[in-house]
Formats: sequence, C-alpha cells, structure tokens
Amino acid sequence: MSTTTKLDHAPPAAAKAPKAGPWRGLRGSRTFNFWLFTGPFLAGLLIFVYIPIGWSIYLSFFEARFTVTPEKFVGFDNFREMLSNDDFMGSLVTFTVFAAIIVPTTWALSLGLALLVNRLRFMRAFFRSVFFLPTAVSYVAASLIWKMSIFNGVRFGLANTVLGVFDVGNVAWLANPDPPWYWLVIVTARLWLQCGFYMILFLAALQNIPGELYEAAAIDGAKRGWQTFWYITLPQLRATSTAVILLLLVAAYQAFDEFFNLLERTTWGRPPLVELYYIALGEEQDYGRGSAGAVILTLLICTVTLFQGRIMGFGRGEEAK
Amino acid sequence: MSALSNRNWDRRTVLRAAMGLAAAGGLAACGSNTGRDSGDSLVQYFHAYGEAGTEQAIKRYANAYDNADVTTQWITGSNFESKLFAALLTDSAPDVFEFHPQYQLIDSGQVADLTDLVEPVKDDFNQADIASHTVDGKIYGIRMIDDPQFFFYRKSMLEDAGVQPPTTLEELLEAAAKLTTDDVKGLFLGNDLHAVIQPLIYAAGADTLDDNNKIAYHTDGVVEGIKQMRKLFTSGDLLLDAPADFWDPSALNQGLCAIQWCGMWAMPQFQEALGDDLGIMPFPKIGDAGQPAVYNGGWSMFVNAKSDKVDEAKEYVKWLWIDQKDYQEDWALSYGFHIPPRTSIAESAEKLKSGLPAEGVKLFNEYGKFDRIGWTQAMITATEDVFANSVRKGNDPEAELDKCDDKVNSELKKLFG
Repeated sequence: MSTTTKLDHAPPAAAKAPKAGPWRGLRGSRTFNFWLFTGPFLAGLLIFVYIPIGWSIYLSFFEARFTVTPEKFVGFDNFREMLSNDDFMGSLVTFTVFAAIIVPTTWALSLGLALLVNRLRFMRAFFRSVFFLPTAVSYVAASLIWKMSIFNGVRFGLANTVLGVFDVGNVAWLANPDPPWYWLVIVTARLWLQCGFYMILFLAALQNIPGELYEAAAIDGAKRGWQTFWYITLPQLRATSTAVILLLLVAAYQAFDEFFNLLERTTWGRPPLVELYYIALGEEQDYGRGSAGAVILTLLICTVTLFQGRIMGFGRGEEAK
Repeated sequence: MSALSNRNWDRRTVLRAAMGLAAAGGLAACGSNTGRDSGDSLVQYFHAYGEAGTEQAIKRYANAYDNADVTTQWITGSNFESKLFAALLTDSAPDVFEFHPQYQLIDSGQVADLTDLVEPVKDDFNQADIASHTVDGKIYGIRMIDDPQFFFYRKSMLEDAGVQPPTTLEELLEAAAKLTTDDVKGLFLGNDLHAVIQPLIYAAGADTLDDNNKIAYHTDGVVEGIKQMRKLFTSGDLLLDAPADFWDPSALNQGLCAIQWCGMWAMPQFQEALGDDLGIMPFPKIGDAGQPAVYNGGWSMFVNAKSDKVDEAKEYVKWLWIDQKDYQEDWALSYGFHIPPRTSIAESAEKLKSGLPAEGVKLFNEYGKFDRIGWTQAMITATEDVFANSVRKGNDPEAELDKCDDKVNSELKKLFG
C-alpha cells in the first residue's frame, strides 16, 4: 500500500524540485514539516517536563540538601523517611478530607448550575458568562479576597457582619483550628473559582442529549422533573461526569495556592504539595526527601486515576453509553 | 470608529494576536537586563518595610554610590527568609542582603567576615549589637537599625475599663477580658502569635539558648506561659484574623483592640493617629522567676561570601553603613522610628530624647534582649510549631516542647558538633 501512496504524491514534487533550489525540496518533505511543527513543542516538553521529572527521580535516591547535583547515594532511605514522616502522611489525610468534600460538592453544584442555565429561555448567554467568569480569577487573588475581606476575623468582615445580624460573635475563621472553620473558607473559595468551568462542560453535554429521548420518555409516562432527570439525563451525562470527577480529583491533588495563602505558618491543613514545598524549598532545602515525596505522590495519583477509570469506565466511550 | 467595529475578530485573528503578544513577551524577557552583566554592578535584597518612603530611601542611598551600580530587590510578602535562602542557592543570588545574625549562614560560609570594616568604629556601636554579630572574634554583619518590640495601648480605654497597665501575664489576661466589648477586642498579638514567642521566653526568666549554645527555653515558666496563652487564645478576648498583622499599626489605630504588640518602628504612625492617648509597656513577667521583657529585633547588612564580587560588595556596605552617617540617621529616624546602633547617632537623635520615644529607648535599654547568633531559622520554626500546636491547637505544651527539643538539638549538633 505504501508504494501506491508514494507514487501518488512523490513524483510531481520530485520533478519540480531541482529547479527551485534545495529549500523548496525541504519544504515539500513531510518529515521536515512534521518536525518543524512538533519540534518546538516536543523540545519544550522534553526540557520543561520530562527532564525535570527524570531529575527529580534521580534526586530522590540521593542526599540532596542545598544542592541539585548531589553525590551521596542513599538508595531508598529518602522514601523510607518520607513514608514514616508524620507530617507527610498527615498531608495525605488532609488531601483525602479535602477531596472528599470538594469533589462531590463541585460536581453537584456545577451540574445544578448547568441544569438551571440550560432551562433558561432568555439571557442564557449572560448567565453562562456570569457563572464562568470566576474561572478567570487567579487562586492567589481569590484567596486574598476571601482572607482579608470576606472571612477576616474582625467585626466588619463580610461573614462576621452577616453573623452579627443574628447576634453571633466574631469568628476567627482562619487562626483558630478548632472548630475547623478554615475548611469552609478553603472550600467556598475553590467552589466559586472552579464551578463555572465544570458547568460549561455539563452544559455542553446536556445540549448533546437528543430531544427524542425526552419525548419518548414522556410518551412512556415518565414524569417531568425528578424521574426524567434520574432515568434520562443523569445516565446520558455519565461520560461527562466521569471526566469531570477525574479532572476534579487531579485539581484537588494540585491544590496549593489557597492553602499556602490562607493558612500561613500553621502545622495543620497542609495538602501534599504544600508539605513538599516546605520540605524541598523551606529552610531545609532538602531536595532529596522532597523528590522522594513527589515520586510517592505521583505513583499514588496514577494508581488512583487508573482505579477510578476502571470503576467508572472512563475511556470506554461508546461502550459506557 | 466604523473601521474598528467592522473588523472581524474571528478565531484566527485573535489567535494570531495572542501569539504575537506571547512572542513579544518572550523577546522582552530575553532583552531584560539582569543587572549582573558588568563587573561593577551589585544586587541588594531588602524585605518590604511598611513605612512610606523606605523603598525610595534605600534606592536613593544606592544611587548616590559612585563606584558601582546597585540594584535593589524589594521583597514583599511575609516569607522574606525563605525567598532569601532560596535565592542564595542560585546564580542570581544577591551580593548584599539584610537579615538577622544567624550562625548557619556563617557555618556554611554564606556570609563574609566584615571585621576589618567594623573594627575601626567598633566602639561607636552598641556593644550588644557587636556581640550578637560576633563569632570567635570575627564580626559578620553590620547592624543598621535596632527595633525593640513591646505593647502599645490606648490609655483612655484602660482608664474607662478601670484597668492598670498589667505587670504579670495573669493581669494581662484579666485586662484583656475587661477591655473586650462588642466592638473592641482587649488584645492583639498578631494573627499567628509568633511575634510574642521570644518575649514570652524572656518574660518567663528563660532564654532561647544559654552561653554554651544549649537549650534554655524549656523551663516550667515557659510551659506555664504557653498554658496561659492557650487560655487567652480561647477566651475570645484576643483579636484574631485581623486584616493587617502585628507589625502594622492599624489594629490599634482603627479601634479594633485596646492593646497591641508592635514595634518602635510604628510609633510615629501610632502617635499621628492617637495623639497622647497612647502608652507603652513591656511584655509582663510570668511567674516569680520572670521579668518584664522587650525583644530587641532589628536588621543587619551582610555580604554574600559566595558572590564573585565580595570586595566590591564590602566596599559598598562600608561606604553606606559605616561612613555615611547622614544616611544612617535618615534611615533610622525619618520613616519609622528605629534606634540607631551607632552610639554617636543615637546620642544626637533629638526625636528619641523626649516623650514616648524616650520611653521606648528606656524599655530597650532596661528590658531589651538581643538575638543570639546561635538561634537559627530552623530553631525559630521549631518554636513556631510549638505555638501553633499548643496555643492555637491545644496540644500539651510539655510534649510539644519535647518535640521542639529534638529538632533544635539536631540543628545544634549540625552547627556546633
């Protein structure tokens, strides 16, 4: 087969090539064009993603304090230390709590928003934009707003003003870990920031559900509302839901900005990335143990993602429907 | 107008514009001058001072220096030390930086020996400042300013509540309770309370380390103090999660609290806002062995010994922080109030001779405790964890101090063997 393809394309180009000089020939070459377009991106990927990953794995087997070119090989010592490090293991618990709260709430809220916006007869584009806009805000900026104006501990903070109406005294939302109000601050900030984006995904999926299905259901006697939602809409959204949950889990793993900015100098409420930041880039500058932690985390993310894909059928596409 | 609105912004146009912008940004980054190309350029790091005019002042001094082109990095944010430590590891490390005297910087050869610069004018320095920068007879930094930290309070609020300025920690707790109303909290110690860790240790009659660099903070008095702090933290009389931290005068000035822990630097701003309705007092003593405490913080200039321009950097530091007394006086007194470490400047400083500033100087001299050079950042972080866990979280102080001892001892072993 390949010979036919060659015969189809190659001869005319080859015939004209000598006249126009060597560059014309090069431009006509598919291999050259392939590398021209993908080369820069592949180089970037290699330099900024794969080499650092490899370097990090290399570092995790060395004692690397205050240096990234270590000499002392320590085998699996860093891994052993990290796995018996209470702070690091505690950060995994923090992450689990965080994911257990944020994944279902974001899923439900963005789906709810999508259903509402989908039902709108006018100003739909307006509301779609309004809910999507927070996605464009940086996590750092949002954290500062949450910390300094909404959830500050003084009487004129927004949350405390509202509580003041009900005669409840000022609450120290972030300084006092008992009761852990800081979770409320962190979760609401993230909900506000990310719900709009997932709403758009759900909205697209909702608009893809064929109208005939609803008509058929109505003829079969399914009641509008809950019954239709449960037996038609939700199953039709399965592929999107799976993707959304996967993305949410990954995003939760990557959580850093709001924890770092809202919970300065605490010993609690540190997800893995914040913990690793303090180990690798804090006063210790311990890149060996930091890298070991990063490798453990990566393995964990891979395992969880694969496992989740298995039970929820991500990537099976048509079959899932 | 019509030309603009007729323009068709399809996806391709937008994409092209975006890529053009990105490319332009990249080119601009390539062309930016890092300030380290020519041999006579220096980079200095300063943390962001809160007082208006400080950044301009530092840059003005630097511009007046003829022998090198000095670039100032004004580091904002609350984690100056981690940004500084991270930068010192890289090729773009500062040649000159401000910090506190900490032995790990000397142990790792990070800071240059400045004895030959300081020695000729050694007698003109506050001897406590010389001592806190000296290891084995060598002086490693030049003190720029001394910053005593103590309590500021609203005299009128204390009078209205019938409260005398407290002299023990118990009295401070009682005062805080009496001063707290619906709108005003009794006391503000900063959002994470870390500013009062060292004062609390001193007020309990203890110290961070002893003269042989062994742990001196783990005493019954300190445990008692931490327990009291826990009581205060849960009492509801403490201002928490304020928009600005303890180093900023706004909490007291805005009437959010009646007593605030702050520093000499903010005194002009306090006086401007509150006039005569302002008093100061040391951290009250804890237990019978205790004594009132003031923490004499401050900032010093260091030269990066690993820079390839150590000599030029030393020359600049000598020029500004040894020779230029006008600038030193301007730096200490024109923005916030700081106590000049140079005796000759301190003695001629009219601003510090009367009224509240004079009281501040008295507290500095009478109760002030200076940093110990062996008390390093890792140890400071360890005690901060004690406060986070036992004051804010409610864990047993004794157990937390034991954990802290392990960390401090391993650091001490690394540094002093």
